[in-house]
Order: sequence, then C-alpha cells, then structure tokens
Amino acid sequence: MKPKSFTYLRPASVDEALQALARWREDARILAGGQSLVAMMNFRLIEAQVLIDVSDLAPLAYIRESNREIEVGASTTQAQFMRWPKLAEQAPLLSAAMPHVGHYQTRSRGTVCGSIAHSDPSSELPLCLATLGGSVVMTSSRGTRVLSCSDFQTGMLTTARLPDELITAVRFPTRKSGTGYAFAEMAQRHGDFAICAVAAMVSGNTTRLGVGGVAEKPTVREWSGLDDSGIDEALNDFAWDLGGTDDHHATAVYRRGLMRHLGRQAIEDARKCSS
Amino acid sequence: MLELKEGQRHLISMTLDGQEVRGSTEPRMLLSDFLRQELGRSEVHVGCEHGVCGACTVLLDGKPVRSCLTFAVQAAGRRVDTVRSLTDKDGKLNDLQNAFRKHHGLQCGYCTPGILLSTEAFLSENAKPSEQEVREMLSGHICRCTGYVGMVDAILETVQKRASAAVP
Repeated sequence: MKPKSFTYLRPASVDEALQALARWREDARILAGGQSLVAMMNFRLIEAQVLIDVSDLAPLAYIRESNREIEVGASTTQAQFMRWPKLAEQAPLLSAAMPHVGHYQTRSRGTVCGSIAHSDPSSELPLCLATLGGSVVMTSSRGTRVLSCSDFQTGMLTTARLPDELITAVRFPTRKSGTGYAFAEMAQRHGDFAICAVAAMVSGNTTRLGVGGVAEKPTVREWSGLDDSGIDEALNDFAWDLGGTDDHHATAVYRRGLMRHLGRQAIEDARKCSS
Repeated sequence: MLELKEGQRHLISMTLDGQEVRGSTEPRMLLSDFLRQELGRSEVHVGCEHGVCGACTVLLDGKPVRSCLTFAVQAAGRRVDTVRSLTDKDGKLNDLQNAFRKHHGLQCGYCTPGILLSTEAFLSENAKPSEQEVREMLSGHICRCTGYVGMVDAILETVQKRASAAVP
C-alpha cells in the first residue's frame, strides 16, 4: 500500500510543466489534488516514473466567467469551486452536484479538472460536463486545443489527452434562462462513488438527461416533446440501451431501476425549475 | 523547477502543531508515514491507506486532508496540525474533545483524531451547521464503533456552547 519510487517535480510555471511533460510523456503523471491518483498509486494500479505537481501552480488557480461559460483552472480545488459565490446563480446543476463530489475532506484537495481528467464513469463532474455540453482546454509545448466533452472522454478512465498535454482548464456553459436543472444520485454513503447519478436539463419542450455510473462513460440523451405519459417508456428504453453490468455494488437490474426512478425525479424537478 | 530524485532522501521542514520540525523523506513517502515514522507522531492513525476511511486526516494550512493521499514533500514549508494542536500545553482537552467524551462520541478511538480535526476545520468555516451538514461532513470518516450518533450530539452541543459563549 505504498507507491513505487518516483521523481517529484514541482514546476514554477505552466511552461515548466509543459517542458517536463514534453520530456517525460507517458512516464509522467500530473499530480493535482491526488485524491484518485495517489490512491491508485498506493494500490500500484498506477506506477509513474515522474510526478509533476501542479497543485500549487498559481496561474492555474482561477474561476472565470466569459462567453456564457465558466472556466475553471487546473489547480482550483473542488472546495474553492463550491465556495464560489456565483455558483448557484450561474451553474445550478453544478451547485446541486458538488455536495456529492467526494467528501468535505477530499474536496479540500481534489480539483475540478482532476476529476474530469480521471474520467471515472460514476463521478459527478464528468456527468455534469457531458450534460451541459462543456469543453476541456489542453495545452502542450505544441499549442493549445479545446475539445468538446464528448470528444474528450473516450471511455472508462480514458480520454483523448495526448501524453504531452496538460489539462489547463475546463469550461462549463452557464445557466440558460428558461432552462431548469436538477441532479439526483444514489451512493452507498453520501460522497461515495455513485451507483447511479442523473443530471437533467429541461427547456421548453426539450428534455435532456445525462446518466453516470451505469455505462462506461456518462451518457446523454435528448428528447423533444416528451410528455408526462411518455417519460417512463423513454427512460426504460434509455436504461436498456445503456447496457449496465453487475458488480459488487449493484446488479444491472438495480441500476436500471435506479435510473428509471432517479431519471423521472430529476426530469420532474428540472421541469419545475424551468417554468 | 524543484526536482526531488527518486530513491534519494531529501530534508524537508514544516510547522507541525506550531513547532518547526525537520525530517528526511523520499518523494514516495506519504505524509502519514512521514509523521509517524520520521517524526514519531503516532497520534496520526493510518486506516485504509487509500483515502476512504479518514482516520489519517490532518490539517494542511488549516484544511483537512487525507495524509495518506498527500506526499510528505507536498507539505514542505507548510503548516501541519495533528490532534495534538487541539489540547493546551498541559494536555487538557478542548471543549469539542470533552463533548466527544461526554456523549460517547468514541469507543476504540482509532478514527477520533481525524474526526476531531475535520470537525474543527469544518466549524471554522461554518460556525452554525445544521445536523444534516454535520452528518454530511462526518460521511468522510468511517467509525465502526459508535454509529456516529454520539459524535453528532457532541458536535451540535459544541456548536451551541461556542455560539452562546460568543454572544457578548
């Protein structure tokens, strides 16, 4: 339960971090909050030759609003994001989801970008990013590119990030007027990984639902003109299409059941907020 | 760029419970192991070593962190507080610790140092939490003895007493 030996680098600037990544590539890991990475290193599921610590990189510790988006820098912790005074007003979905992201004690170090980078299928931030249709900013010594979340997360714990790229920020669209948002989750213990989590957005006759914890990555479906009598059937079809599997936390049957139940609850809650 | 080579020991210092301390560590050493093995601070309890149980929680610059998910080198030059920081210099328990004792908020005591530290950090940010907020904060710790009810009572009583003491 101890990590394998590694060399620890603490760059003083983003450029230094990018140089280190360009040099070490696959042999390096970025250490931000470390709340998933270090646990996996303790288990030796991950063995890195070099750790590049960006947790104290001041230029990446920011939350900015621009172009109807909230941009969160790579060293911003989940606790800092949760305390951002405009969160509830600008991003009601994230405001509802954040209390479920880990625990009070892990949010003080865990970062928003780190959670996106880790891309756990049951974690809340990738689910919100997918549902809202956000994007991920990646920088390398070759330049910067912005990928939509659907292009970014490619599967379970896998992303389109190249070995020399640093996720410098993530962008969430801000609240749209006339749109209602809701979040619901079932976990064994508050703050644990979701057995099933859902994020709903309702605007006019458009209903969008994102589901985490069931498929290998957050999955989003949109319906137009979904009325009350059609919700159960639509959710049932969606639940079967996700192809959830059994594991020691829950069976696929239970997950589908949760999805139907939480999905309906979230859609109804989002509808109430949209009107 | 700071570079600490693998397999080599590096001298680091930190302010631990208000005192400057030094010790040597490899980059791979966890803060929990550094505190226990290099500095002999066995009040830092190690439970699961993968960030789930919360027993090893310490305060890093006043914020609760899992010391098993933090490398010792990351705490270099920073302030670290263990449960020792809560008692006065004669070892007298503080009000929260006394409330835990009164309400049976502990039995074997293994999870207690982490829980006390989390609670103090939490109360410094939110002086008047609801019972639900206290329970959510406690969800970051595992206690296999008490069932948490005594802890919740102890914390809520401390909240109340501190609030009434703060009234002029």
